[in-house]
Amino acid sequence: MSTTFTLNGVRKTVDVPDEMPLLWVLRDVLGMTGTKFGCGMAQCGACTVHLDGNAVRTCILPISEVAGKSVVTIEGLGTPEKMHPVQAAWVAEGVPQCGYCQSGQIMSAAALLAHNKKPSDEDINTAMAGNICRCGTYSRIRKAIHRAAEGGGK
Amino acid sequence: MSAPVDRQPVESQEQQPQLSRRGFLQMGAAVSGGLMVSMWVPEVARGETMTADTYKPNVWLRIDRSGATFYCSQAEMGQGVTTSLPTILCEELEYDPRKIKVEFAPADRAYDLPALGLQATGGSTSVKFAWNPLREAGAMAREKLLAAAAKKLKVNKANLVASDGVVSHPASGRSFKYEELAETAAWVPTPQKPALKKPEQYKYVGKPIQREDAVKKSTGTAGFGIDVVVPDMRTAVVVRAPSFGGSVKSFDGAAAKAMPGVEAIVPLGYGVGVVASSYWHARQAAEKLTIAWNEPNAALSSESIRGQWVKDMEGGGKEAHKQGDARGALASAAKKLQAVYEAPYLAHAPMEPMNCTAHVSRDRCDIWAPTQSAGISQAVAVEITGLPHDKVFIHSTYLGGGFGRRVGDDFVKDAVLLSKAVGKPVKVVWSREDDIRKGIFRPASYHEIAGGLDAQGNVVAVYHKLATPSVLGQVLAPFVTATMPNWLPLGLKKGMAGGIAGSMANNVDPTQIEGAADPGYTFPNHRVELYPRDPGIPLAFWRSVGHSFNAFVMESFIDELAAAAGKDPLEFRRAMLKDSPRHRAVMEQVAEKAGWGKPLPKGVFRGIAQHFSFNSYAAAVAEVSVEKDEIRVHRVVTGLDCGRIVNPDIVRAQLEGACVYGLSHGLKQNITIDKGGVVQSNFHDYEVLRMHESPVIETVLVQSTEDPSGVGEPGVPCIAPAVSNAVFAATGKRLRRMPLALADAAAGKPSKPT
Repeated sequence: MSTTFTLNGVRKTVDVPDEMPLLWVLRDVLGMTGTKFGCGMAQCGACTVHLDGNAVRTCILPISEVAGKSVVTIEGLGTPEKMHPVQAAWVAEGVPQCGYCQSGQIMSAAALLAHNKKPSDEDINTAMAGNICRCGTYSRIRKAIHRAAEGGGK
Repeated sequence: MSAPVDRQPVESQEQQPQLSRRGFLQMGAAVSGGLMVSMWVPEVARGETMTADTYKPNVWLRIDRSGATFYCSQAEMGQGVTTSLPTILCEELEYDPRKIKVEFAPADRAYDLPALGLQATGGSTSVKFAWNPLREAGAMAREKLLAAAAKKLKVNKANLVASDGVVSHPASGRSFKYEELAETAAWVPTPQKPALKKPEQYKYVGKPIQREDAVKKSTGTAGFGIDVVVPDMRTAVVVRAPSFGGSVKSFDGAAAKAMPGVEAIVPLGYGVGVVASSYWHARQAAEKLTIAWNEPNAALSSESIRGQWVKDMEGGGKEAHKQGDARGALASAAKKLQAVYEAPYLAHAPMEPMNCTAHVSRDRCDIWAPTQSAGISQAVAVEITGLPHDKVFIHSTYLGGGFGRRVGDDFVKDAVLLSKAVGKPVKVVWSREDDIRKGIFRPASYHEIAGGLDAQGNVVAVYHKLATPSVLGQVLAPFVTATMPNWLPLGLKKGMAGGIAGSMANNVDPTQIEGAADPGYTFPNHRVELYPRDPGIPLAFWRSVGHSFNAFVMESFIDELAAAAGKDPLEFRRAMLKDSPRHRAVMEQVAEKAGWGKPLPKGVFRGIAQHFSFNSYAAAVAEVSVEKDEIRVHRVVTGLDCGRIVNPDIVRAQLEGACVYGLSHGLKQNITIDKGGVVQSNFHDYEVLRMHESPVIETVLVQSTEDPSGVGEPGVPCIAPAVSNAVFAATGKRLRRMPLALADAAAGKPSKPT
């Protein structure tokens, strides 16, 4: 029941049941609380991280499926002192209201931009449809993604 | 900038304050010769020690050698109070609001909102209520800092200038930072009525200052309630009854107790708690519980609730508003319209599920909570633990959304009961299913409305029969209990509170008729009749409360009357708002920006609505197309007159968010009741608006020199009727039930059963 994987560039081994979701390993075992719990059934996207570069929902991802892979969370994307361009664009556009969903929104947006340097509005709709924001920051998220794509988030 | 949750909480009994708050104040008053009598110290109420070289002129501000700190007594749930409130104080203090540290204040009666007598965040009141006291607090502190500098420099105070945290003496070129003046400032006399700045002198108010929490919330470093970690903490879940009002008849917890990581199974009466090493362990174990329930309301359904209201309307209701003789005028009207409108129960579904961490020990209780009311949270813990108020410490966190849900005390109650039972700190976390099925709800409503026009198409009467239960009737008792003086015995408080709440339930609760009785229009004859039967579903304030359904009914029905009169919806409203200049102004500015009357792309149609709520004036125009019965909203122009604007970017963000919130309940959200419980369970069947469904949103801010009024809620009510009116323009079909669905029009719903 021991699983080894790379978390934000650092090798980690955890001794937890194989079926324990990555979300709760991150939050309750490793104390990484930037990744959020929202629905528990991959409906809201608050728990999004990157698994080998792809956006995944950790609330339904068993830790056993992470073995040997690379996980990047919001903490690994950037820090307050050294923000990722997507995070800087979020600040520049004044996106967050309550802010709870934004870790997941930013991880989805960063994965989109890693694969698609100039996403269209339609590309953004497709990539971001799985991330709910109840404060309704969608129009600013869209602007921030375009800003980051244009290098305005740096 | 630090919030209490960012640092380690009090860990051991050794760190308890040496003095109680009352003791500190008595000592403070004694040593300072009266200067500190009105002073109050957050550190002591939070159970921390404090040092002597600080300057705390009031309950919101502290200046010490590291700079200035603002104590935010309001909950931050997205509306930006950790930015807008310090901006107001800093304007008068002459301190850059981007540099002030912000911490959440603890629970204390010093922070009671004047109109509520309670420390709470709701009703779009934070900036409105803070506007005068925070300006006065900032000005008073500024004058004392100036006086301190004058004393140090031995010059006349009038020759000094305060700006950006520095007092300077231009004649000599000498200056002091505020932190260098803190100690002296604490001892100079307090000015009684310091002069306030003129608006044309403002440096910060009215400017789009970046939010205090923008970086934290973009880097995963903001501390929400669910992120709280306390040493030796356990995590718990509570299994609640399948139907409302249910209780545990018997249970078998042996299988759950045997699961890995499980420490305790705790019966709570209304449910069973599972205390474990992590959320996942607790949740897995909860599946193994066997519980038999008492279910007194298991026969309740959406149909039975509606049927009862329909039946009630065959009898008489309570007169809630009366102008002229609506029934008489209707009888003689040239043209008469009748319609039935409906709105469902709704859950708030904020993104952060309900949670609370509590540590109850023999002589103190600490609570870390994402709460909209530190006052109510404290009162709940006082009741459960039997501890006095000054031994119950509330550590507020950022809230992952509130919308009225976090005024509730159910999640605090869970944590305090469970910590008390196991003698350790416990964090309780609700699942999304718990949140949608087991919480507190925006009431459903059922409306029969009639209107009459004269031969010229003028409205001569509106007669509105409105069935909806009283939110205040349900929630007022804990509110009133928390507003009473701390020293009153609890039994007495509860008795009095119950009486007041009961009286509200038996009369007219203003939140039932808000927006229906005061639509801004002048109808010569207007009657609102209330049918307040409460089916017993637990209720809550919900972003814009009664306005959320009454504006839908009023603004849709006004559109029906305009169509019947053969008049343009904007012109029809404008004529009736001739004596309401602020209503009219925001509507006209929104209509102009939207290009009302100008051509639109093929298949796209406009609808308009205006509504007054929370002392602010709002209007919206929606552009909508309908294809294969699917409603698509392309663009919304939404505007607000909220008096003087403290931070225009935050107001715009609130309007954008209110638009999405309004579209979510206008088009998607629906709670249905069956077998006494909620049918929906998570975001797959309780749908909310997503990115690809979100329209282009443009905002209009009306410039005003009036005092600030509500911002967070007043943008919501106009959205659903603006969309519904646009759907009518597009299809000729009038949708009278939320969430809006073309299938309703085809089926002739809603209609009164014959």
